[in-house]
Amino acid sequence: MALDSKIPEGPIADKWTNYKNNINLVNPANKRNIDVIVVGTGLAGGSAAATLAELGYNVKAFCFQDSPRRAHSIAAQGGINAAKNYQGDGDSVYRLFYDTVKGGDYRSREANVYRLAEVSANIIDQCVAQGVPFAREYGGYLDNRSFGGVLVSRTFYAAGQTGQQLLLGAYSAMNRQIGRGKIKMYNRHEMLDVVVVDGKARGIITRNLITGEIERHSAHAVVLGTGGYGNVFFLSTNAMGSNVTAAWKAHKRGAYFANPCYTQIHPTCIPVSGEHQSKLTLMSESLRNDGRIWVPKHKKDVEAIRNKTLKPKDIKEEDRDYYLERRYPAFGNLVPRDVASRAAKERCDAGYGVNATGEAVFLDFASAIERYGKEQATVRHLDINDAALVKKLGQEVVKNKYGNLFQMYEKIVDQNPYETPMMIYPAVHYTMGGIWVDYNLMTTVPGLYAIGEANFSDHGANRLGASALMQGLADGYFVLPYTIGDYLAADIRTGKIPTDTPEFDEAEKNVRDQINHLINNNGKYSVDHFHKKLGKIMWNKVGMARNVKGLTEAIQEIKELRAEFWKDVKVPGTNEEFNEELAKAGRVADFLELGELFAKDALHREESCGGHFREDAVEESGEQKGEAKRDDENFAYVAAWEYKGEPSEAVLHKEQLEFKDIELKQRSYK
Amino acid sequence: MSGILNSSIGRKFAMALSAFFLMIFLLQHFAINSLSVFSADAFNEVSHFMGTNWLIQFVMQPILMFGVVFHFVMGFVLEIRNRKARHISYAKNNGAANSTWMSRNMIYSGLFILIFLIIHFLDFWFPEINTKYIQGDMSGLLADGEGYRYFEELQHKFEPVWRVALYCVGFVFLALHLLHGFNSAFQSVGANNKYTKGLKGFGKAYAILIPLGFIVIALVHHFNH
Amino acid sequence: MNLTLKIWRQKNANDKGGLVDYKVTDVSPDMSFLEMLDVLNEDLINKNEEPVAFDHDCREGICGMCSLYINGEAHGPDRGITTCQLHMRMFKDGDTIYIEPFRAAAFPVIKDLVVDRSAFDRIQHAGGFISVNTSGNTIDANAIPVNKHDADKAFDAATCIGCGACVASCKNSSAMLFVSAKVSQFALLPQGKIEATDRVLNMVKQMDEEGFGNCTNTGACEVECPKGISLENIARMNREYLKASLKG
Repeated sequence: MALDSKIPEGPIADKWTNYKNNINLVNPANKRNIDVIVVGTGLAGGSAAATLAELGYNVKAFCFQDSPRRAHSIAAQGGINAAKNYQGDGDSVYRLFYDTVKGGDYRSREANVYRLAEVSANIIDQCVAQGVPFAREYGGYLDNRSFGGVLVSRTFYAAGQTGQQLLLGAYSAMNRQIGRGKIKMYNRHEMLDVVVVDGKARGIITRNLITGEIERHSAHAVVLGTGGYGNVFFLSTNAMGSNVTAAWKAHKRGAYFANPCYTQIHPTCIPVSGEHQSKLTLMSESLRNDGRIWVPKHKKDVEAIRNKTLKPKDIKEEDRDYYLERRYPAFGNLVPRDVASRAAKERCDAGYGVNATGEAVFLDFASAIERYGKEQATVRHLDINDAALVKKLGQEVVKNKYGNLFQMYEKIVDQNPYETPMMIYPAVHYTMGGIWVDYNLMTTVPGLYAIGEANFSDHGANRLGASALMQGLADGYFVLPYTIGDYLAADIRTGKIPTDTPEFDEAEKNVRDQINHLINNNGKYSVDHFHKKLGKIMWNKVGMARNVKGLTEAIQEIKELRAEFWKDVKVPGTNEEFNEELAKAGRVADFLELGELFAKDALHREESCGGHFREDAVEESGEQKGEAKRDDENFAYVAAWEYKGEPSEAVLHKEQLEFKDIELKQRSYK
Repeated sequence: MSGILNSSIGRKFAMALSAFFLMIFLLQHFAINSLSVFSADAFNEVSHFMGTNWLIQFVMQPILMFGVVFHFVMGFVLEIRNRKARHISYAKNNGAANSTWMSRNMIYSGLFILIFLIIHFLDFWFPEINTKYIQGDMSGLLADGEGYRYFEELQHKFEPVWRVALYCVGFVFLALHLLHGFNSAFQSVGANNKYTKGLKGFGKAYAILIPLGFIVIALVHHFNH
Repeated sequence: MNLTLKIWRQKNANDKGGLVDYKVTDVSPDMSFLEMLDVLNEDLINKNEEPVAFDHDCREGICGMCSLYINGEAHGPDRGITTCQLHMRMFKDGDTIYIEPFRAAAFPVIKDLVVDRSAFDRIQHAGGFISVNTSGNTIDANAIPVNKHDADKAFDAATCIGCGACVASCKNSSAMLFVSAKVSQFALLPQGKIEATDRVLNMVKQMDEEGFGNCTNTGACEVECPKGISLENIARMNREYLKASLKG
């Protein structure tokens, strides 16, 4: 099947408007007869469910957590981008569009990104109207800050809890519809299969996580807002429950999976402390606004720090290597995430890592504290030469801006970041890849939609900070509600979709068979045992820097691990009860398949772009020596994989990317 | 407005209002009692006025009665409901880590105050009612007709050590009850603002000084007899 | 370090349940409390015993899913954190640790340490929102300036993660801190004022119907709240409620 991205004709700035003016609509009376299933209640799923219900559709929403409010969007810290240009610093829809395409290393679809930039301003209006308490200035107007990879301040925020506030906004919109009976909410339900009837997505099979009941739910369309698959690495900043199962089951039912290898490794996370580690904690990128990243210049200082005979703050200024400022003078500490992560890895691989395992760099606030302190002293007419006073004032400012992050760091690491620099290291954070969707956000299965992080569409090979929240809400509030109407307009006479059909029988049997296998397997090892092993393979061979040998090995190893899993996994208990191990087993089974496709995708993409860095694709000479080398001639396409039984047999379909409004050029942050 | 007493916040508000009323009454009671330390005559005059003025006897006294009964009954109702809100109690609960003993045991300090009140009524109120409305002696004079009886009776009551001790313990519980109750009442009616900190200090002073004052009065009469 | 755990085990909502003793050895002080339980569970699975069920998800203190009552306190002895942020360095070698579910009649136990907090959701359905359509056709975000002081207070209230520690800690199992946080957030913002009367009446009504106890201002909730939600919010809710009741 040839991929049709269904991008509307016309100039890029008019595409979305023209499209909206010409699509089919469903009249309000008919909307009452149409059911839509939304899986996942994060920013994308939650906002979509609320909006669809407002429009009049009957929405059934599902989440595996005990409340929609707990979806992992809640953990996003830094902020949300919008082309409001409130700061008057030259921002515009075009500039946001440009920054996003460039930040994504020219691997995203122009039309989608432009639309995203276009609706971004509306998101802020919407959220403020909903009562989202964004940070404000003393004049009462909204405040902004700046994020990596851009030269303007367009990020709206609510302290370090922006994701939480936006999600609670979407949740409140959902609550209004749940209260009206327009959304039927299914908490603690996990989607385990998509049901396709006559080539169209017509329902899902779920497991009630409390009772183990396998349920059939039908609808005229199914929307997946199920997030990313970073947990394939076992250790990531994702929530423990974040999983690929819904997306992967959709893939198995015919939805192509696009660019699985595009993974964002976030540069500022708390380093791993030991084997027991269950997840990693992110420190918001906003910290890079004020924190300076460095390692010691000399190996002897590195040794001394590791032995704890030297304190980081005692290393003299000239003995420090602020490597981001050194390598990228234009953007400094605010280079995009992929660049910052690789630079940290480069230093640590060269032996300059500053913790016991050699996998950490410093994020230092000393100069920011001094700068703010002097500023405050000046404002308050105090003595700017009083070092103790300046430090105290500066710490107050920093505390106001990042207090909760500093507290979080101190709780985890047991060190006071106001006094000694933070230690950070990159960690898996976000997956730009996902289910392939067209301009309508529809997958290759008609009637099956994917929104938010679950789809691949807007971030290309690398996502800019504060853009995930923007995309999730744009998809859910402002894009999907239009595009889905165009599809559902044909369904106004269909009537309720019955669940007693052979297609539902088959899907349910599928689900039951897998569960029975897992429960009755009585193997030797726990689910986590396999998940951790998978994570190690992924991190070591499909992680921040990839090569042919490692990827080839990884494919083989994952395949073997998968066989071992099915033979040897041990799941205690029964299906008919609350059984966390059983739920985990199903998720890990899917990660074990996705992992292989991931490595296969990484192997086939013989270029470095964004989060995908191939050691055999680097600039050999010139100013950009050592930097990632993209190959636009051969790889300016979306790799969409079709499921054929085994991940290794997946068939590649290419969606050629066209850049009409932005010139393709090397991403330089020097 | 109807049904407000069926809501949790409405009950809380009612509880606080009755508390304010009782705290004001307590202050008045204390003021009159303290007169007894300084001047027997003044105490007698005021006592007689309070005991025979129709407004106080037939309007204020019933309101006070109602306030007392309401505060107790509502307190019990709330306690029962609150206990029902948790079927199984914790095997280990470290309440001291997050709240004061006083705040967690209002029902017990309250119960003790109730017992004290019953004794107090038996000691003073019932005899008074008996004399005035059953015997019909509204004169307030001693049996020999030489001056008012109030101060004499008061001193007489505080002769036995057991009663003084009981009163002292009763006031200690009153103090404990007030240490939480005073500020709690303000919080219940929604007063939590920049004055709260100062009010907390005032509340503490009130909760300790008033009961302490009552104790001092009881002791003075015990030892001066 | 080596520890003795006394963990509440309960097969399902109908089971009676009881405390069971477990020993864990070689616990690292850098572990989080939940990682310690992971190790215990791994051990139990290897011994063919049933692992302990507990709620958890983000493990960075924001989702509000984790809900353990540890040594007599919601989220354990540390302050300003959730259970997932509690680290084992807070305990000593040889300690005995009680681990119980958040208890309240309105939070029935599902299994072991997992409880059903859907009562919180239902309270929000009753009025935890501003009735604005998500069409995006609203006024510009900067059209109504909001006093920074109010905006900050609204934010502070809005940081509630809905974990239920307030209910679990309250001797009366009262949900007033939770409800007041939402009521306050909206009451403080111009956008939320329009519906303030109905909101507070409806939310309090639902709260009462769910079977939560009444607030007696012990302040335990504020102390145990991982996000430090202030009692000021309860006072504000009381005011809002009284105002609304008088309006009718």
